[in-house]
Amino acid sequence: MSTADLTARVRGSLVLARKWHPAEFVVWVMAAAAFVLFPRQLLLLNEIAILALFALSLDLIVGYAGIVSLGHAAFLGMGAYTAGLIALHVTADPLVGLVIGMAASGLLGLVTSPLVLKGNDLTRLMVTLGIGLLMLELANSLGWLTGGADGLQGIAMGKILGIFEFDLFGKTAYAYSLTVLFLLFVLARRIVHSPFGLSLRAVRDNPLRAASSGVPIPWRLAAVYTLSAAYAGAAGALLAQTTQFVSLDVLDFHRSADVMLVLIIGGAGWLYGGIVGAAVFKLLQDWIAWFTPQYWQFWIGLFLVAFVLGGREILHGGIRALVARVSGRRGGGS
Amino acid sequence: MTAALETIGLIMRFGGITATDDVSFTLERGARHALIGPNGAGKTTFVNLLTGVLTPSAGKVLLGGEDITALNREARVKRGIARTFQINQLFGAMTPLEMIALVVSERLGEGGRPLARLDASPRLVEETADILARFRLDDIMDERISTLPYGKQRQIEIAAAFAAKPSVLLLDEPAAGVPEAERRELLDLVGSLPEDVSVLLIEHDMDLVFRFATRITVLVNGRVLAEGDPSEVARDPAVKAAYLGEGAHG
Repeated sequence: MSTADLTARVRGSLVLARKWHPAEFVVWVMAAAAFVLFPRQLLLLNEIAILALFALSLDLIVGYAGIVSLGHAAFLGMGAYTAGLIALHVTADPLVGLVIGMAASGLLGLVTSPLVLKGNDLTRLMVTLGIGLLMLELANSLGWLTGGADGLQGIAMGKILGIFEFDLFGKTAYAYSLTVLFLLFVLARRIVHSPFGLSLRAVRDNPLRAASSGVPIPWRLAAVYTLSAAYAGAAGALLAQTTQFVSLDVLDFHRSADVMLVLIIGGAGWLYGGIVGAAVFKLLQDWIAWFTPQYWQFWIGLFLVAFVLGGREILHGGIRALVARVSGRRGGGS
Repeated sequence: MTAALETIGLIMRFGGITATDDVSFTLERGARHALIGPNGAGKTTFVNLLTGVLTPSAGKVLLGGEDITALNREARVKRGIARTFQINQLFGAMTPLEMIALVVSERLGEGGRPLARLDASPRLVEETADILARFRLDDIMDERISTLPYGKQRQIEIAAAFAAKPSVLLLDEPAAGVPEAERRELLDLVGSLPEDVSVLLIEHDMDLVFRFATRITVLVNGRVLAEGDPSEVARDPAVKAAYLGEGAHG
């Protein structure tokens, strides 16, 4: 085979790897269709979209860079409090709050990133858990700023772009959260398929070879940790703006644990894991709470044990089969 | 002309053990040089000192005359020293194409670009294709590396090191564990590496050493026992006693 042929084949293969799979369009069309199909469930759908964004943020570090975390709520909370405070004291414009919330969380990620660069999974779990607890206690003790245990109350949001007003049924909220999720997803997708994204996968797969191939591991990990923190900050800002309330709950440990579970349910390292996991987790929670309001946590726990012990293969196998059916092409590209 | 790679009085101690004991070694430009020695002679430690995995207790490492003793692994790769590993260190979840593209993109300084597209850089695509062709990986470039036969994985190991465009290439037992049927292709590839790359082969396998090397250094107990061209080394009584005499062929 001639060199030109091979060059063309190599380019073709690289293009194919980043091309949108038909099944991906189905996901987003479904998400948009839910807006029309379930007008009474928009508040729940909004929660799902925000949780999906939070899980997408975790996937960037867990699935693509191999950094485990049990303190991701620190960044969610940072984004939520920042957006809430901006709305209370500076401007009611949601987009300004969103951008500043992301920036504040990103900065917190950048500052704390040296702590997660070294060590193994266990030390990272402990360090991130510690950072999460620190942030919670900090928010609790800075009552003059955060409202302490009472939270930030009386947040009134302005119209999005000066046009769309938030309503009681979550119409604007879901449209807003879904749009932000989609835009940040497209950006994340672009990033994971870039040379930078490839180098992250290299670090995750084999740090020894990555370093021997010239990848400056600490810089790359710090960069993706910062990015992931900013994404979590966006989820926090959306949460604050669409519920118009921020409490210490956004920094609670259960947030960090839930988002980890969501990623385990949906699968890490393919970007859609957060979306699938968030939908399954929230719908399950909602459904169980409906028939047994007092014991829903028991059933969620039981489901998770069963799921991790065997159901995961069934769900993920089912998704793969579905993807394969939607198109004849080889799946698992993203 | 300065040597491609040189060590001066290199010493590495682990607690009470001296794994590398005052090694002064020269790899000439374009050399096909083999480093041999029985198990535990300190070959791997020596390679780790050259590549920056370990920092020596004393002594210097010079690459093209430049002191690189204080540099870390990535900085040494950037300056032109690449290696393969005795045990494959691959990106099992990637395809050969992706793995080579990664090394090329890091060398071209593209690895820090989060919004760039791999296929948008003509140099990256061309050089990746060249390396896939040279190492006969083009037929399997889209397979998952972890699913490929061991011999092919070994080829990828060498191709990935070569993709960093090194001036010095360290091959740590490149043929170890490769079944007979796949061996020939691998040895051909090692033999046909371009002449401007200086190669240091760390090897147990005497057939490969005597076929490939024009110069041999024998390391025993962390020290250089003998050095010379293959026939000199083969005749050296000290070498025979310490190494070949043990009948160690593998």
